[in-house]
Amino acid sequence: MSLSETARTPLRYVNDALKGWAFHTQEYFRLLFRSMHGSISRPFYARDLVIQMDAIGVGSIGIVLLTGLFTGMVLALQSAVEMKQFGATIYIGRLVGASAVRELGPVLTALMVTGRAGSGMAAEIGAMRVTEQIDALTTMSVDPVRKLVVPRFVAAILCLPLLTVVTDVVAVMGGMLIAVVKLDLTVDLYMRSVYLTLADTGFIFRYIPIDVFSGILKPVFFGAIIAITGCYFGLKTSGGTEGVGRAATRAVVTTSIFILATDYFLTQVLIALLIE
Amino acid sequence: MTPDSLDLWDSQMRREIRAEVRKALANLGQEAAPPEGEGPVVELEDVCLSYGEHTVLDGVSLALQRGETLSVLGGSGAGKSTILRLILGLSLPDSGEVRVEGKDISHVPLTQVLALRRNMGMVFQEAALFDSLTVYDNVGFYLHEHTHLSEGEIEFRVRESLGLVDLEPEQVMGLLPAELSGGMKKRVGIARAVVHRPRLLLYDEPTSGLDPITTRTINDLILKLQGEIEVSSIVVTHDIRSAFRTSNRVALLFEGSLVFVGSPEEMVATEDEYVREFLR
Repeated sequence: MSLSETARTPLRYVNDALKGWAFHTQEYFRLLFRSMHGSISRPFYARDLVIQMDAIGVGSIGIVLLTGLFTGMVLALQSAVEMKQFGATIYIGRLVGASAVRELGPVLTALMVTGRAGSGMAAEIGAMRVTEQIDALTTMSVDPVRKLVVPRFVAAILCLPLLTVVTDVVAVMGGMLIAVVKLDLTVDLYMRSVYLTLADTGFIFRYIPIDVFSGILKPVFFGAIIAITGCYFGLKTSGGTEGVGRAATRAVVTTSIFILATDYFLTQVLIALLIE
Repeated sequence: MTPDSLDLWDSQMRREIRAEVRKALANLGQEAAPPEGEGPVVELEDVCLSYGEHTVLDGVSLALQRGETLSVLGGSGAGKSTILRLILGLSLPDSGEVRVEGKDISHVPLTQVLALRRNMGMVFQEAALFDSLTVYDNVGFYLHEHTHLSEGEIEFRVRESLGLVDLEPEQVMGLLPAELSGGMKKRVGIARAVVHRPRLLLYDEPTSGLDPITTRTINDLILKLQGEIEVSSIVVTHDIRSAFRTSNRVALLFEGSLVFVGSPEEMVATEDEYVREFLR
């Protein structure tokens, strides 16, 4: 191999990698836009939507309850250690309420649903890809995006905010359990403290605390990310059953990173728009 | 009602449903698919296709006449299944034309591709049945998606298609694909492909992985369908015996190029070295 060819090899590698990245980004957003369009145009697959809402929403309630409960309890427990030193345990409710509703509720719910439903979407659609079921749909003049992706996309967008509300409520209850049992606070004092922290940032639409509103708005985006990423990796699956496992793993890792990154940028935007 | 009158009512109802289904499918055919024309059903003209530096098809020209069954033979990776993907419009050629019912499928709008596909049925290598649906839902899938037939009419049609592939509807309709044997899956796959009475049937390795008896059953089915629903078929296979049994003509692919097209008898008589090697 000549010197110029040796130098060209890494360049070609970088070139291929960049082209691959650009292609995947383009395809990812194309799938997102097709899903958004499919959500508001015929044909609608109502039965598939109900099945997906059951799988994503109802099926995730168990893990969401456990996540919320233990997160709220551990938040109260950890903060109590520090706050006791200053005699500020009455503010436990503020800390738990703010952390759970603003950040931990939406993000932890999304991460839990990613692990459960996002990987499932990638594996299910990936298995359909490698067993030619998606080709079968296409040959029968059925658009796989409308049939498979759109119901999951809509179901995730609808279910994530509801699951987040469940997580928030259970986390606050978990914190209350510790506050009452371990710190001897009254329920009234704790709940008043939670309310005050949520009311601090103001209200939107007159009655909805901004924290609650942003905590419910974020999961809409997270739901879209979970569904599109899971389905994208599923549709791109190749390499038989091994490929299905790979697709599920990639979907979970990529979705988790996207959720954490999107959470940061969304928080910036929401603070700028709603609070400042 | 006495059992006799029930039978009478049943047969009368079946006759009525049959008439309704025929009418609805005839209407569907007129709306959705182009009318049956003259000339070959499928025509490939100097088709070339490569994936990167790997040439899959190199100047392939082939025609399928109406009512004919053509088998495409060749070793693994010869490009056989790619021909089916091109006909379905799932892949596009780098150069050349793929005409279905006289229309170049790679240069027509998507709506026309969809309309052309409605005249085709595809039998996949591993049947490609939808895992989460029962046999009834799998076979009736096309009718549920693309027609406004009532559930009763769809059930009638599904039963008829399952009967066509020698399956007992009562026994299999409620089963999931995972509960079927390999041969049964293939037969359900064929029933699904013919439920809308296509004019073109494409088979991708219909007998691969089957024992000799089931292979013979599937071959008999292909022959039976030719007679009963008057369909033109392309069978992609590497099974020479099946190809000879079911086909009017055979084509042999080698490294992306056609090395032989002719009747089974002509293939046996040819002096071409590769063909003789393949037959051996």
